[in-house]
Formats: sequence, structure tokens, C-alpha cells
Amino acid sequence: MTGPFTAPPAAVPPVAVPATGAPPAAAPSPSAPSPSAPPAAAPPFTAPLTGVEGGVGSSPVRPDGVLKVRGELAYSSDLWAEEMLWGATLRSPHPYARIRSVDLAAALALPGVYAVLTHDDVPGDNIYGLEHADQPVLAAGVVRYVGEPVAVVAAGHPETARRAVARIRVDYEVLDPVTDAEAALDPAAPLLHPAHGSNVVRHVRIRRGDPAARAEVVVRGEYRVGMQDQAFLGPESGLAVPAEDGGVELYVATQWLHVDQAQVARALGLPAAKVRITLAGVGGAFGAREDLSMQVHACLLALRTGRPVKIVYGREESFYGHVHRHPAVLRYEHGADRDGRLVLVRAEILLDGGAYASTTAAVAGNAASLGVGPYVVPNVSVDCWGVYSNNPPCGAMRGFGAVQACFGYESQMDALAAELGLDPVELRIRNALHEGATMPTGQVVDSAAPVAELLRRVRAMPLPLPGPSPYGPSPSGLPPSGAGGFDLRELPGGVSNTTHGEGVRRGVGYGVGIKNVGFSEGFDDYSTARVRLAVLGGEPVVEVRTAAAEVGQGLVTLQAQIARTELGVQRVTVAPADTSVGSAGSSSASRQSYVTGGAVRAACEQVRAELERRAGGGPVPAAAIPAVLGDDVIERTVEWRHRPTEPLDPLTGQGNAHVQYAFAAHRAVVDVDVELGLVRVVELACAQDVGRAMNPQAVVGQIQGGSAQGLGLALMEEIQVAGGRIRNPSFTDYLIPTILDMPPMAVDVLELADPHAPYGLRGVGEPPTISSTPAVVAAVRAACGRPLRRVPVRPDDIVGLP
Amino acid sequence: MRVSVEVNGEQRTAEDVWAGESLLYVLRERLGLPGSKNACEQGECGSCTVYLDEVVVCACLVAAGQAEGRSVRTVEGLAHGATLDRVQQAFLVTGAVQCGFCTPGLVVAAHDLLRRVPDPGDNEIREALAGNLCRCTGYEKIIEAVRLAAAAPAAAGRAAASDETAASDGTAR
Repeated sequence: MTGPFTAPPAAVPPVAVPATGAPPAAAPSPSAPSPSAPPAAAPPFTAPLTGVEGGVGSSPVRPDGVLKVRGELAYSSDLWAEEMLWGATLRSPHPYARIRSVDLAAALALPGVYAVLTHDDVPGDNIYGLEHADQPVLAAGVVRYVGEPVAVVAAGHPETARRAVARIRVDYEVLDPVTDAEAALDPAAPLLHPAHGSNVVRHVRIRRGDPAARAEVVVRGEYRVGMQDQAFLGPESGLAVPAEDGGVELYVATQWLHVDQAQVARALGLPAAKVRITLAGVGGAFGAREDLSMQVHACLLALRTGRPVKIVYGREESFYGHVHRHPAVLRYEHGADRDGRLVLVRAEILLDGGAYASTTAAVAGNAASLGVGPYVVPNVSVDCWGVYSNNPPCGAMRGFGAVQACFGYESQMDALAAELGLDPVELRIRNALHEGATMPTGQVVDSAAPVAELLRRVRAMPLPLPGPSPYGPSPSGLPPSGAGGFDLRELPGGVSNTTHGEGVRRGVGYGVGIKNVGFSEGFDDYSTARVRLAVLGGEPVVEVRTAAAEVGQGLVTLQAQIARTELGVQRVTVAPADTSVGSAGSSSASRQSYVTGGAVRAACEQVRAELERRAGGGPVPAAAIPAVLGDDVIERTVEWRHRPTEPLDPLTGQGNAHVQYAFAAHRAVVDVDVELGLVRVVELACAQDVGRAMNPQAVVGQIQGGSAQGLGLALMEEIQVAGGRIRNPSFTDYLIPTILDMPPMAVDVLELADPHAPYGLRGVGEPPTISSTPAVVAAVRAACGRPLRRVPVRPDDIVGLP
Repeated sequence: MRVSVEVNGEQRTAEDVWAGESLLYVLRERLGLPGSKNACEQGECGSCTVYLDEVVVCACLVAAGQAEGRSVRTVEGLAHGATLDRVQQAFLVTGAVQCGFCTPGLVVAAHDLLRRVPDPGDNEIREALAGNLCRCTGYEKIIEAVRLAAAAPAAAGRAAASDETAASDGTAR
């Protein structure tokens, strides 16, 4: 490792990690036993593909795992270099203002300060953006949200940098902000991006069937989704090191190295080859690392000072430093016949994209094209608008438009079931999407879509034991911690001792959702993999190199598994991800197993073909590789694409826009203190089709973790914005589920192969986040009897305070 | 100011410590021990959990000067050379580690729980780890890991002693 570190600067050490067998605790059964939820009778996972240990279908220990449990993995916030400076960022205190002047003199005069930079110091184009370049690196003339970067400082100590930031004087002319998405649509509203010509970033229209269709039974509802934060634990951070060739080396936590590289290079006015990015350890992502944060700022300061510059956001700054999940207003009309067959769905969805576009256009595309959910509906009209406002910018978060829509359509399905006097699961099954069915976009679903089966499976799982009664024994049979023979920890309110069971009611609810896997609407979605076979110490070894971001999901494990399976070689090294190899695309959209997995497999196939050619044809077992290869190596680099998609027709929304659909269903069981509005989720059960469980342990981990984020949106997670200002930018005030909030989870995994995808796999990461929210809310509704049309559900809503 | 503290069994001194620095900052930025993570700075997430004189604390809430003359044990001090502590091993094999940013704090907190309660029930595990946030796993596999660690034989006689400093080669600068 050539670099300024003695600690490894990347997430994955370049050392071979032997595979170990599947841990007995995780592999044989996907179900999670718990005192209150007996394990569901799920079938075991498909057997691993080949005889080689640690291949596809097994659950080897993750190669970065030892470093992580020892606290020795170098995350982006852990980096250090000789002569290193610390960067800090001055941010706008106003949601909308003109900048009259900026006075840097007092900041520059502070001892220990090496540079203070504004937009005047951006050598390239002062603009960036994932899909639409509309965001300045440093504000020039105007600020459009609270927290927008205005100036950056480099100093010898982080506190010095912060004090210098505080000494910068900015003269603002404060303007009236647009802080409401509906107000942004008003023709009288100020144009926040005059060059765009409208505050509408994108309007997506889906039209199918008869626009004048009528139905015997109609339900209408308006729903709201609050602004959710990804709340990864490792704040934005990285280290930029000036290079001798005038370029820069950047070590950073990101989801997509090459899209960072392109944006940083443009801002620096450098060719991409002079901006070399290496993935540092990533402390979670969930969409929040798709957009740039400190990348350009650190590079600017490093190139200006000629010294390495590290920037690490604190938690409060992190809330301003990345995009959030779009808050949404959703108006739905569902019509059905008396038997509960859906006749029509009409929907209007309004997404507040905040100050800059980020991925708003694609989020709107998802919300619209997946807007009726996993159901067959003959007559559909969906309009979705993503708009600019002066609220915090919104973009990618796990579920990406499908989350908001799912809360709307699943709430409607429950309302329709009530109107029809039907069981909510039965109504869903009657209308369930299936293989061969047609989406509202006209796209025919051409692989497994077991929506009805997933619902049947979660319904069939054993229910947890009855809830606690005021004077009864603990439902779990565990020793009581409270008076009266029950365990307070099993009651809403917990050890706050708010109830001994009085006022507590149990509710059960269901939800099912749909997500597209991979990038859609005609995007050229590909990944690149370089695979190298060599002999080391008489033993065959494989190195896999990609630029794909390991963000916790286990992609490094998976790449090695694929190489083992394809080449039959036990020792596989996954090199640190960097820009020395072509783009892998983003670790988002549940796509990396599919696309980078596909690229690794394809590169392995080419290596294998060459090996077999050299051997004179026929399979070459691992033991024979040294004889065939000798001192030579075989290396192949492959760019791999999934089948192409099409844009949506701008007027009708018709088109084969998506690569693959993925589905999950949840059942939630809750106990609600209906007098205090407190909720305890007793159990969350999930059934999901993953096509092929490439790594069963990681699959279950994704389902459990994704479900937790959906539970958070249902019950507690909301960035509260008032007048464009975030009121709760801390983990004291922005609540994510703790271990006491998460119930035991029963997980049932289906493996119905998709013939179009590598190994038949289906993207896993996002579906569990989508359907858990409506399931939990449905359960709370069942317990308290109130409509609950907004998430997160607040205690006030449960007890019916105005 | 100068702060002298025993860290993972070794006497360490940090020079030029600014009075506002936390124990976490000194560990991470001055003593080359970045295993304890900084994720919230408010004691809400537990990512910086360390032992301070045998009691677990959030290092972000301890002023560096408060640690003067005391003993600190961090995640880097749990393993015995190349041998992982049973809690570390259990986190590894159960899949309780995804991004791993919460892992150091959770490993220390779980280590402390098993020192106090050798065979905790699920509710005890949940209560003990309620101060440690994890955003990736949904906690299920963390509970599984603690159960597994509890079932494993404890590393006899090594509970509090830190016989080596993993940090001096693994992460030192």
C-alpha cells in the first residue's frame, strides 16, 4: 500500500481471507426464534452451488469482519496523514437569501488557519449534481436552503477550523422562502432555479385503460409521509491528499466512486484521471452518500494548501450534509367491484425535493410507475410531481419513491377492504400482481411475482402469544421486573412504567410492496470487474477488483463467493475499491449483487475460458491450475450490462422502464396504549422473494435491517422542518429504532429464480423497507381504531388529539 | 494540557490537549486508537463505548482531563493477540456486523453485560444494549451474537486485564 497511512486506507485489506463454512447459527433456518414468536416453518435455503467452500449460496464470514469487530477497520473518519489539516464548512443560516458580500479577513487572521475559500476559489465549474447539475460547490450570490455550504476553511485543529468559520462575516439579504411543496406549484411562487423555468423538477404521468372508468365501491384518501433521514452512523468524512502530478487522491465513504470522480473533476477543472478516488470504510449509506458532501471541499483545500485535508462532519452537520427521503402528500382514489376486484386507481403524488434536484426526477419516476403497488389494475391514472422548494434537499433513500407510494396504496387497500367488508389480506390476494400480468406502464412482468404467496406466507406464520394483561403472568414466561407478575419491558412505554396493561390493545396489520431493481428508464446501467488468476506458493489465487462500494451490505463477501464458485478456487482476494478500474455504478437500487455480481461472474467466465483453452479444453480443477498456468497470470476486465430499459412516454408513462421487480410482505403485531398513544411492536414477520439467496445470512440481515428502517418511518422517524429549518438535527431529537424498539422478526425467504438475472437472483435491500411501514401502521390502526393517514404516527394521532 | 492515562494496559500520555477535547478525541486523534467511533457526540448512540476504570462510558461525554490517571479499555484492547474475544467472535459469525460502525461500541457494551450477567435473557440483552444504535441490522443478529457469546466459555482470567495493545500495530499512526 503506497499511501500516507500506516492504517489501511480502504475498507477491505488486500489480503486473502479464507472462506469458512456457514455459521450454524444462521444458515440452516432463515427464521429467528424468540420467546414470543416461534420460528416459522420456512424451507431451508437452496444448497450452495458448487463443492467449493464459501461459494454462492453459502454464508462465509465477511472478509472485513475481523477488522470491524477489532475496531481496526479504517473508516473515512479514521484516516490520518502527516501534515494533515482539518477542514470545516460555513453554512447558510437562511432558507433563501442573496449574498451581498463575504468578509474573510477575521477568519484568515486566526493563527493556525491555512486557507479560507469561497466560490471564487473553485477552479472549475462551480456546479454539481447527480442527475441535473444545479447545485453550487460553494454558494455564489444566493443560498437556497439552511445548511448550504458558503465557505470552507482549513486549519491545524478542527476546533480552530470551526472558530475560523464562525469569524467569517456574510451579509445576507433575506428573501421569503418557499417552504411548502404545494406553494412551490403556485404560479405566483418565486422561481428558485430561473434557468429551469419552473419549480417542477419533473411531472410523471401514467395513463392506462379508460380514463372515465367507474366503480361500484370507491374509497378516497389523502396521506402524508414525513421527511426521513438515512441516519447512517458514520458521518460524512474523507481525506484529500494533493498529488505530485497536480491531481488529488481522495479517500472517502461513498456509494459510487466514478460519479463522485466526474463531479469532483469538473469542479476542480481537472481531467478525471487526476482525481483518483479510493473507497474508505463506509459507516452505512442507505442513499445518503449518493450525492457529494465534503468531496470537492476537501480537494479544494488540499490543492490550495498543498497538504492533506480531512473533513469529518459532526452529527448535526450530517443532517445538513446529505439529502433526505422526500416528504410526500399522496391523494388516492381506489375503485373496485363488489367482489373486491380493483377497477381503477387514480393518484396524485407530490414530492418535496427541496432546494436542489438531486435524484428527485428518478424518485418521481418510481413513485409514479410503482404508484398502484403490486396489484393488477385495468384503469390507472397517476400524476407525480417532484418540486423545488427552500426545504432541505431530498434525494435517495432506501426504497426511493416506492416507500412513499406504498404507504398510500396500502392504506387505501385497508380502507377498501373495510368498505367491502373483506379481509384485508384476501382483498390483496384477489388483486395480486403475478408473472405475466401488466403493470400500469404497460410492462409485462416477465419473471416470478409471488405477491399472493408472500401474503399467504406471512399470514400463515404463528402469531405471537397474547399480550400482557394487567394482573397476568409475563407472556414470555420470563421473570417479572415489575409488580404484578409481568415484565415492563414487554409493555408499551417499557420501563417508564406508564402502564401495567390497562389501556393496552393488540393490533395486527399487513403490507406488501413492490420495488424496481437497478437503474431504470433507459439509463445505461453497467458494472466493471477485473479478475486475475495467478499461482502463489503453488496454490491458485484469484483477485477481484471492482469500483463497487461496500457499504455494509456484504458485497465484498459476495464477490469472493462468485469467484470461488466460477473458478473453483478457494483463495480469493477482493481488492480495495478504487477508480483504477471502470465504474461499477452505485451501491443503490438493490442493484449491486445483480450488476456487479454479473460483472464478476462474466469476468470469471472469461478467465475460465482462457484457462481451459490453455489446458487444451475441458474443465480445469483447482489442483491442476498451477500446472496449466505456471508463472503466468490470466486477467480479464469485463463491462457487464443488464438488459436495456426504456424511457417512460412523457404523456402516458408507458414503457418497459424497469429491469426487475422485487416484492416483500410484512405482518406486524403491535400493542398500543390507546390512552397514551404509545406503541410496542410485538413482532414483525416478513416474507420476501430473493430469486436466489446468494448469501443467506446477508439476505436475512438485509431483510431485518430494512424492516427496521420501515418501522422507524412508521412510528418515530421524521426530520421536522419549520420555515425551512430542521428542528431536530441530532440523535437526541431524531429518533431511530433502538434494540428495545425492534421486535423479534420471523423471516421467510422464497427463492424463485429470475431467468434474466445472474444465478436467478433478485435484489434484496429495498423491499423490506417498503412494506414494513404500512404493515405497522395498519396494526396500530387495528388497535386504536383511528385512520392514521400520516407517518410517522404520533402519540397525538393515536389518542385523537386535534 | 498533558493527559496521562492507562489505555489497554499501557501507560500513554497526550501532549497539548485542549481543555475542550473529549476522551474520545484524545483516543482517536492523539493516541492512534480510532476503533471507538464518533457518531453523535451526545452519548445517544453508544458507538464510543469504552471501559473507564471498569465501568462502561460514552467516551464522547468524558472530558479528556477526567481520564487523567485512570484506566481505559477500548475495543482495540479486547482481543488476546490474534484470538478474538468471544463477543467479537460471536458478532463475526452470526452476521451481527454489517457496516460495522456501531460494532466497536456494541462489542464493548455486550462484553460488559456478560461480565455482569453471564447468562442474560433476551429482555436483559435488549435493556443492556438500548444505548447503542445500529442502523444496518435491525438488532436481531446482535441479540443472536450475545446469546452465542454467553454460551461460549469465557476467556478465563482475562476479563479486565489487557495484556497487549492491539492498537500499537493495527491502527497506530
